Amino acid sequence: MTSDHGTIAHNAVIGWVEPGSSVLELGCGAGDLLARLVKERSVKAQGIEIDDGAVFACIEKGLNVLHEDVDEALHDYGDQTFDYVIFDQSLQRVVRQPDLVLQEALRVSRKVIVGFSNFAHYRARGQILLRGRTPVTRSLPFAWHDTPNLHFLSICDFRDYCDSRGMAIEQSVFFGSKGITRVAPNLTALTAFFLISKFYEACG
Amino acid sequence: MLQEANAVTKDGLGLVVTKEFKFAEPPGELPLDCGEKLGPITVAYETYGELNREKSNAILVLHAFSGDAHAAGWHEGDSKPGWWDEMIGPGKAFDTDRYFVICSNVLGGCKGTTGPSSVDRATGKPYGIDFPLVTIPDMVQVQARLVDHLGIGRLLSVAGGSMGGQQVLEWLVSFPERVQSALVIATAAKHSPQQIAFNEVGREAIMSDPNWNNGQYYDGEQPVRGLSIARMVGHITYMSDASMAEKFGRRTGGNGHARPFGRGFEVEDYLHHKGLTFVDRFDANSYLYITRAIDDYDAGKGGTLAAAFKGLEARVFVISFKSDWLYPSYQSADIVRACKKAGVDVSYYDVSSTYGHDAFLLEVEEQSVLITSFLRKVTEEGEGI
Repeated sequence: MTSDHGTIAHNAVIGWVEPGSSVLELGCGAGDLLARLVKERSVKAQGIEIDDGAVFACIEKGLNVLHEDVDEALHDYGDQTFDYVIFDQSLQRVVRQPDLVLQEALRVSRKVIVGFSNFAHYRARGQILLRGRTPVTRSLPFAWHDTPNLHFLSICDFRDYCDSRGMAIEQSVFFGSKGITRVAPNLTALTAFFLISKFYEACG
Repeated sequence: MLQEANAVTKDGLGLVVTKEFKFAEPPGELPLDCGEKLGPITVAYETYGELNREKSNAILVLHAFSGDAHAAGWHEGDSKPGWWDEMIGPGKAFDTDRYFVICSNVLGGCKGTTGPSSVDRATGKPYGIDFPLVTIPDMVQVQARLVDHLGIGRLLSVAGGSMGGQQVLEWLVSFPERVQSALVIATAAKHSPQQIAFNEVGREAIMSDPNWNNGQYYDGEQPVRGLSIARMVGHITYMSDASMAEKFGRRTGGNGHARPFGRGFEVEDYLHHKGLTFVDRFDANSYLYITRAIDDYDAGKGGTLAAAFKGLEARVFVISFKSDWLYPSYQSADIVRACKKAGVDVSYYDVSSTYGHDAFLLEVEEQSVLITSFLRKVTEEGEGI
């Protein structure tokens, strides 16, 4: 994902977050999104990241960050400690057990925001179908041998998953090569962001 | 000679002096954890920088096992500056242009604060092992009295590594309302059996030296052999396999003790040197008392640390070092876990270093950036309130 793309996507995420809320970002990288949330939404921010350099950068930004493994990070938090848990590309890249971690995220937080690369973009489909190659796209720009991605999923996959686990999708936004895309996102979107909550809570 | 001295002192704090604070004059002795009372008590301390008008810029720095009040700057005629001089001074991590930094020698120590080598007023002789058992919480009580004496209510930060880190934890537990932030470095909420085991070897080395004489050696020969062996063990635990390999390799040394086994190795010379020089600056009874205090310490007081941290408002920063096997990173991660459970604002960084436990004194560059950023944030928040 280019940095422009990142900024636009972050704008959407920031728009979903209520001012003054508490946010935990898993796999927060150098803390760019968290720093913006602190500045623009006055959130109480906590990051979790395993990469030395990225953690260091977060601390330089004055962010609360923990240098630890994302998979192990949630079980010490009490129920509903946060208003939002955010995964920006990290669910597919650093979480080894996404199902477990997502369910934990919805225990420690009221809502969860998940951003990921869509494996079913038409270019990806074309590369598999016509060229017989593992897809390399703008949002999945890696060859099989150097990809940081552990899991590949599509927008439909994620929707199915939410259905199967009783998770309600409250908001979603999709980005194609020219910005936000609304038509047939599973075909046209390179990246997707979802705001989810536990189903019974969404229904009040 | 004078010019040389000026040259070395130019870019730091320059010359500093150790001051004394006396309190607990009978009948107002300090009640200790063990049930006994102690007084009068002298506290050796140093301060650097200026306390601001609001008294909101004070940072208490807590020394490790063999440290002292002389954390930074130079003493007249010394060849080395204070033990954390690279971190404390104008423009450094603990920036004395912004902060008022305090460091004192611990209770039970031998560097100016009352300890077993101090003269017991009742007998006119050094206490020796008649000195009451002191604990980490006792040490912190004494520091709190010093902070009172300096007219400071709330500390901007308390910071320390190793045994100093245990005291930071104790500040958080004993005086949560007096601490705005805490830097907890290379430490443990309680010692593991392995840590206690190494300390016991040190204590046993001292007490089995005939010169130790049940702690009454101040008139005669010091238990040099015992104390230096204790220190040798200590130094092994402060380094890592990698840092020893890097520093000494298998180079042979001039170790005379090795006869008839040849010349011995450079690492042996190093340990002997460290052991023998330690004897000149440390008291064997203080070694016994302080190691006992750090072994006995449990920040959770028998319960969980998370329960002890409940309601804590201080912002906490925990730092550990990947090659530290004396205070392994998992012990720092345990402290972090307690903060998470208790809802305490916490950051954690596990520094890549090959220096072992010594890293907390040697990894200056990375720690400087981390601590500078953390203190800046804490100061901003304090001003925002």
